[in-house]
Amino acid sequence: MRFELTPRTSVSPVLRALAPVAAFITAFLIAGFVIWLMGRSPVAAFEVYVTQPLSDSWALQELLVKATPLALIAIGLAYCFRANFWNIGAEGQYVMGAVLGSWLALTTHGTEAGFWVLPAMLALGMVGGAAYGLIPAFLKTRFGVSEILTSLMLVYVAQLTLDYLVRGPWRDPQGFNFPQSVTFDPAATLPPVMEASRVHYGTVFAVIAILVTAVVLGRTLFGYRLRLTGDAPRAAHFAGFSARTTTMAVFAISGGLAGLAGIGEVSGQIGQLQPSISPGYGFTAITVAFLGRLNPIGILVAALVVALTFIGGESAQIMLKLPLDLTQAFQGILLLCVLAADALVSYRVRLVTRGGGK
Amino acid sequence: MQADVSPTGPPLVELRGISKRYGELLANDGIDLRIEPGEIHALLGENGAGKSTLVKILYGVIEPTAGEILWEGRPVSIASPVEARALGIGMVFQHFSLFDELTVAENIAVALSSDWSLATVRSRLGDISRAYGLALEPDRAVWTLSAGERQRIEIVRCLLQNPRLLILDEPTSVLTPQEAEHLFVTLDKLSADGCSILYISHKLEEVRRLCRRATILRGGRVVGAIDPRERSAREIAALMVGNEVGEVRTGTAHAPKGEMLRVTNLTLPPAGLHGQALHGIDLVAHAGEIVGIAGVAGNGQSELFAALSGERPTESADTIAIDGRPCGTAGVDARRRLGAAFVPEERLGHAAAPTHRLSENTLISHAAAEVSRSGFILVNAARRLAGAIVKSFDVRTPEGDPQARKLSGGNLQKFVIGREIIRRPRLLIVDQPTWGVDAGAARLIRQALVDLAREGSAVVVISQDLDELFEVADRMAVIHHGRLSALRPISEWTKEAVGLEMLGVSQSQGAAHAV
Repeated sequence: MRFELTPRTSVSPVLRALAPVAAFITAFLIAGFVIWLMGRSPVAAFEVYVTQPLSDSWALQELLVKATPLALIAIGLAYCFRANFWNIGAEGQYVMGAVLGSWLALTTHGTEAGFWVLPAMLALGMVGGAAYGLIPAFLKTRFGVSEILTSLMLVYVAQLTLDYLVRGPWRDPQGFNFPQSVTFDPAATLPPVMEASRVHYGTVFAVIAILVTAVVLGRTLFGYRLRLTGDAPRAAHFAGFSARTTTMAVFAISGGLAGLAGIGEVSGQIGQLQPSISPGYGFTAITVAFLGRLNPIGILVAALVVALTFIGGESAQIMLKLPLDLTQAFQGILLLCVLAADALVSYRVRLVTRGGGK
Repeated sequence: MQADVSPTGPPLVELRGISKRYGELLANDGIDLRIEPGEIHALLGENGAGKSTLVKILYGVIEPTAGEILWEGRPVSIASPVEARALGIGMVFQHFSLFDELTVAENIAVALSSDWSLATVRSRLGDISRAYGLALEPDRAVWTLSAGERQRIEIVRCLLQNPRLLILDEPTSVLTPQEAEHLFVTLDKLSADGCSILYISHKLEEVRRLCRRATILRGGRVVGAIDPRERSAREIAALMVGNEVGEVRTGTAHAPKGEMLRVTNLTLPPAGLHGQALHGIDLVAHAGEIVGIAGVAGNGQSELFAALSGERPTESADTIAIDGRPCGTAGVDARRRLGAAFVPEERLGHAAAPTHRLSENTLISHAAAEVSRSGFILVNAARRLAGAIVKSFDVRTPEGDPQARKLSGGNLQKFVIGREIIRRPRLLIVDQPTWGVDAGAARLIRQALVDLAREGSAVVVISQDLDELFEVADRMAVIHHGRLSALRPISEWTKEAVGLEMLGVSQSQGAAHAV
């Protein structure tokens, strides 16, 4: 006895649109069951996870703050994933962008340096992320090394580099030996979009990145080149698209956007460098990219949903004493449900039993 | 020689009404097949006729939707390859399953049950090698072996289990003609020893050399059970591809004008383990003519195509000139801009992206088509172009702008050829233009190639189909082991002469040595 997946001959668009909704409901039911097993009320948990953050203005702002790096990184990853390159190292590119951008903030700290500091920091952040992303791309095109391994391993290199810097050369001398840099000058701080808001200009960059990407992927030859490389690499070669250039380009774009997210977060949110500048945005963004089906608008929605689980998870930890790991488990369940829903839309499942007719 | 078919006893294996359905597709539709003890039985059919599905059912890889299998007259259920082997069925797949780093003996031992020691394997390997002329060195690492030698490992692996029925799926597709002949001798010996062989192929000549009975499949059904030696190739081909046989109007060739393609001393090392090197190829194609390149698959055709299309540029620009301009080092885009167009052998994945719509597939030859401007896709222009191709080349589509994979082989081939011809290239290079397409589509494609040449373009057709080349080509050469024979007018060629060139016996060098 086994299950067999047979492709459906025609897929209804309604079904395809409803699939993520069904996936969300299923994921919530599974999570609710787990919470019930842990002896808490699933209803109260749903309240804390979903209802409260969406009905509170502070929490709504926080939602945008958390969704910003996720969306920026995920939109960059969409370039890689569409072309079938597996950049798993966005977390490292995020960190390296933050490090290079912060270098300028720290160098100009306490000087009269003016308005140019912030744009230059953002540019350096993108350069840092892009350069770091180009390492796995170079290793792949030059030596054929799997980008999955190299990009992932480089994450640890980046994290340890940051750790070394904030404990060593970049540590604030007046910081009571805490491993953190000085607080950035106002000239090196990404301002809020509105007075007294937590939402900084990074959110605007994320929206711009999404809009530009929607045009690039949908309407330009470059976007087609990525899809063709991902779907039929020999046809891409036959079309005259060099695989080497494509690889370099997508890793540079993806690394650059991750780096921008990194410097945006440090300069707009944290205000200084410290050993940990990300709750795993670079890895969660992989989930976001696939939840959004590598589609820019989908990624926007997915980033908001996943940000919600972050915020809900934090409140659940405080109010219901639920472990933070549950949030990560929930993100995993959500991704599996969405992938399963997609598969069920495209394929019909049949239970096959042996022995009939023989 | 083949053991005589005994009319009295039950057949070794009999398939009755075997059907296999995949969704809407009926891959096998009520197939009946009998294999007598000791016979070599051919299963003939075009790609997609259902041959592979049928043998996978017989070998227990897939389960039939309906029908029954009788082994020596008694119904059996073959649920897995293990059960198939227990019955006495061995199979050699088209794609080998060998560990490159292990030796010959180790590769054989891992596939057998654990009570075979390496020493036993070695001694039995020696016996079988001698008995059937399957020379193999037990201690050679597999990665050092040729395709023919690898296939021998697979065959020996089956023979060690004393099979009653050996299934071979397109065994000569990776072999040189010499290796193939060697295989045929082995198969004759096996058959004489009473082992039945089910031989799957789409090559007529092999089947006539080996078999007295052939079952022909088309579209999942049995369309004939014949003695291949008593029927003409044309008759069998008609059964395989259906009955529409039309003639291509060739018209009269104009006197060839300007030189559109000149290849000078093209030499390239092999691109990979299974690649073929090219040696000193010279070739000229003039505007207004069709140049045919014949040869058995795997003799350097794909390598020649890659060098001509620019997918694999050469080291010196002067090796290849299109329209008088040297472009050996240029890529495929630059060559398209010089007025050239290319159609590779593989439709899905190389000429077209399977999951992309036809309009998107027009973007593949974007360098020379008006479907993009300053980096932006002209979506409407691409749709119009796809529509125009569909209309002028009679491409039957299931919907307005379908994904390429939803088209049948023949219709997709019409589309990819049409995509290049519709922009009136001055040089067209096609690899296997009608491979695996139905006769109607083949006729339309050949006509389109002839018309293009008559309008003044140069056309180079690389094909394994000799009849096709004799029908359309003005001049022809034969490629063998990466070397190209002299290019002669088609009227100076006979099939016999082409056959000799295919075997590497050059007429000019010595017809006396010809076998």
